[in-house]
Amino acid sequence: MDLKEKLVTSFLAFENKGGLDLDSNVHSIRSKAIQNFEKEGFPTKKDEEWKYTSLNSLLKHDFSLFPETKKAVGFKNVKEFLINDIESYTLIFIDGVFSSFLSDTTHDDCDVCVLSSALTRPKYKMVVDNYFNTIAKDNNSLSDLNTAFAKEGAFINIPKNTIVPKPIQILNFSTGSESEVMIQPRNLVVVGENSHVQIIERHQNLSKNTVLTNAVTEIFVHKRAIVDYYKIQNDTETSSLIDSTFVSQKQQSVASVHTYSFGGKLTRNNLEFYHEGEHITSNLNGISILNNKQHVDNHTLVNHKHPNCESHELYKGIYADKSTGVFNGKVIVQQEAQKTNAFQQNNNILMDDGASINAKPQLEIFADDVKCSHGCTIGQLDDSALFYMQSRGIPKKEAKALLLFAFGNDVVEKIKIPQLKTRITKLIAKNLGVELGFEF
Amino acid sequence: MLSIKNLHASINDKEILKGINLEIKAGEVHAIMGPNGSGKSTLSSVIAGKEEYEVTEGSVVLNNEDLEDLAPEERAHKGIFLSFQYPIEIPGVTVTNFIKTAINETRKAKGLDELPAKDMLKLIREKADLLEIDRKFLSRSLNEGFSGGEKKRNEIFQMAMLEPQLAILDETDSGLDIDALKVVANGVNKLKNKDNAVLVITHYQRLLDYIVPDYVHVLYNGKIVKSGGKELALELEEKGYDWLK
Ligand SMILES: Nc1ncnc2c1ncn2[C@@H]1O[C@H](COP(=O)(O)OP(=O)(O)OP(=O)(O)O)[C@@H](O)[C@H]1O
Ligand SMILES: [Mg+2]
Repeated sequence: MDLKEKLVTSFLAFENKGGLDLDSNVHSIRSKAIQNFEKEGFPTKKDEEWKYTSLNSLLKHDFSLFPETKKAVGFKNVKEFLINDIESYTLIFIDGVFSSFLSDTTHDDCDVCVLSSALTRPKYKMVVDNYFNTIAKDNNSLSDLNTAFAKEGAFINIPKNTIVPKPIQILNFSTGSESEVMIQPRNLVVVGENSHVQIIERHQNLSKNTVLTNAVTEIFVHKRAIVDYYKIQNDTETSSLIDSTFVSQKQQSVASVHTYSFGGKLTRNNLEFYHEGEHITSNLNGISILNNKQHVDNHTLVNHKHPNCESHELYKGIYADKSTGVFNGKVIVQQEAQKTNAFQQNNNILMDDGASINAKPQLEIFADDVKCSHGCTIGQLDDSALFYMQSRGIPKKEAKALLLFAFGNDVVEKIKIPQLKTRITKLIAKNLGVELGFEF
Repeated sequence: MLSIKNLHASINDKEILKGINLEIKAGEVHAIMGPNGSGKSTLSSVIAGKEEYEVTEGSVVLNNEDLEDLAPEERAHKGIFLSFQYPIEIPGVTVTNFIKTAINETRKAKGLDELPAKDMLKLIREKADLLEIDRKFLSRSLNEGFSGGEKKRNEIFQMAMLEPQLAILDETDSGLDIDALKVVANGVNKLKNKDNAVLVITHYQRLLDYIVPDYVHVLYNGKIVKSGGKELALELEEKGYDWLK
């Protein structure tokens, strides 16, 4: 049985066993989603959006779909993956199951809790009906697949006029309880008018076993609200991640999504912004640093539908060994979206002959009074700069790292949580195999 | 201190240095002059260890150690400093961070601990003052958007920080206005002592009024065709190079 068949046939059992309310709206959303998935199947390289990323070898694995955790996971096992030196709310999932023991949730001024309770409790019915799967719907077969099995993940519901006092960390761990595991976290984030929240998300495999994560996050940003969402992708070489993030923004809101891809066998990011009002700002920042045979694919979309909005996109990539990257940045400026400011920049450095990047900026502009720009570069480290630095006593390896740090610095600079910035800087240094005597 | 014997070097199979002999002793100042394209910068790059150049014959020996197999950074750790004719722009790395890294890597190579931040700051300030460099300058990206003169002054600032044993100044005077030339020359002279040496490459006598050489050499078509005292520079200024061909 191939993976698609296996997923489709286990759907009924999943719904029956899951203690899920079969009369609910959610049930019909799930049923439609699995039908869509059954019809579309997994994307192949024939699909224009998947031209440079193949799921073929990944789909050959015999994934266990509902893994059971066998080993107890304690705080000491997960500590190093948290940003520890800040106060935060934490939502920790082990093999797709919420760990209340390790987590720190709240219902005080806002809801920082789990999707399973949101989907089943009458209290949250309105929120679910209004938001759940409204942007992810009919987007692509992998999101449909996630929707069909959507059961657990983060549910963050911020009422209006609320500044969430500390960042929220969402961590998804897999323990490798079975040799090949597929997990499908589903997050729903609703941020009310004038509210502000910072979220840090990470997927981490604690074992050497194969893990495929197919995650979907929907983020709703109301009037004048501010959302900063940080994604740390630094998983093991047996872990693959398909991460779809959909952001819907109301007028005058500011949403920033930062994606740090430092590791994983295959990482595919679908990041999409939809505008539902004027004077919206969307920021997309990304930095990928890969080696060995790792692969990252960043597909982004900003859909400018209304006048006077802006988007700023900055993606950098450093590819060593035989690693490969894809950048596909689509910006649509619809006819009504006059006075749009849309900027996109994608810069890449190839460290070795075996590394490659496919970069494709796609600007589709239908309005005439707009400011749009895009730039894309692919280069190597400058030998004369390296010699210059070496001649001042800086060894080649450190010289390279310094140049690469400088290259990625404008992305790192955008991190608004200082402790996170320090952590990301350290992760970058670790990836480049150096210790730096100062902070950028 | 530095002993160059029958040095031949080529790039892309084109021979540029065609048998250079040069002895520099501690405490001395040497000047190399010579027409454009004669190989002056090539010689300095070869001494500093630029890998693109292939040494086909001869040797460069520093304090009785053949430098052939040493990487540029190892040569720097042993006390060689090259002030570039065209300093490279390093966007995103500030002057301060760059020099800190250079100092600490050099210390590390010598088995010393990193210089404490306080001492580093003090040293940076002292040397910046010596070269009359504005503090604000130090937090700018290295050489990025610097004027020609600013770049050169910054090279000498780095030299002052690193206190090399052998400083090679490749056309450090070009791009400097008269006042800056004095400041830079004064900086070099302050660092000069009986244990170190300077090799100045220049086209003009005027730098040599300030940094007075013990010896002047003329490099022509990859060879040193004439050596003399400081009066040779005056003679060259007057007569050009034609008479040496
Ligand atoms: N990468 C290279 N490939 C081919 N020829 C080169 C290369 N680099 C230098 N050369 C040649 O080597 C010769 C010497 O160059 P070099 O820069 O050493 O001259 P120079 O004496 O410093 O000149 P200037 O006074 O103009 O600074 C020149 O003819 C130059 O064109
Ligand atoms: Mg030259």
